[in-house]
Amino acid sequence: MRLTRRYRFAASHRLDVPALGVEENRRLFGKCNNPYGHGHDYILDVTVEGAPDESGQIVRRSALDALVQERILQRLDHKNLNTDVAELAARVPTTENVAETIREVLEKNWPFAPRLAHVRVAETDRNIFDLELR
Amino acid sequence: MFLTRKVEFSASHVCASPALNDAENRVLYGAAANPNGHGHNYVTGMVFDLRELKQLIQDEVVEPMDHRFLNREVAPFDRVVPTTENIAIEIWKRLQRRIDRDEVKLRNVRLYETADLYVDYGGEACG
Repeated sequence: MRLTRRYRFAASHRLDVPALGVEENRRLFGKCNNPYGHGHDYILDVTVEGAPDESGQIVRRSALDALVQERILQRLDHKNLNTDVAELAARVPTTENVAETIREVLEKNWPFAPRLAHVRVAETDRNIFDLELR
Repeated sequence: MFLTRKVEFSASHVCASPALNDAENRVLYGAAANPNGHGHNYVTGMVFDLRELKQLIQDEVVEPMDHRFLNREVAPFDRVVPTTENIAIEIWKRLQRRIDRDEVKLRNVRLYETADLYVDYGGEACG
């Protein structure tokens, strides 16, 4: 059984690979390469999989909220993803990499018996990135 | 091929274990433990391939649960805590016995607790 909880954060980013030239970055990332960056209202869906415990819950909502709040939202919300997040410092903050980073941070700090099963990050309602965990 | 049908119903419930006191239930279930109950607009989505599905969901889920206080009016929630997980399991049981046949199987029940929280249940063993 799976439980999916939705969270939101706002952040800015700029897609740029310094090793590539100005023209190549422009070609690769288009307007996402604009020098001053831009922002998104990201939507994060966290899916937990397991059997309900004796309380009838897969995971206590308040505990899941506290984990995501402390480890993800507090560190990403209203931040510049290029400069403010240590785990993203060596990566281009594409939403693919943001989703992968969120997965790594959650897995590293996961305190629950039911497992982290899926991470979905939407940067707009048309660009949605899914990470299914085996 | 899958077919998914979505229906809504509203009901109230209290999430509290009778074996625990109020403070313990508050820790375990948060605001959902409020003794006088609260309401949700539940949405179920499930997979099937026949037009009778609508009527079947109506009979098995909406009619018995809509605008009811689940703890007092809908079995087994007089003894099973009506968390979204447990309601999804009960909906699965009710629908599966009406839907499953050789060539058609119930695939998934998705029950929304709020717009930002839902549970998926596919019939796997629980607890």
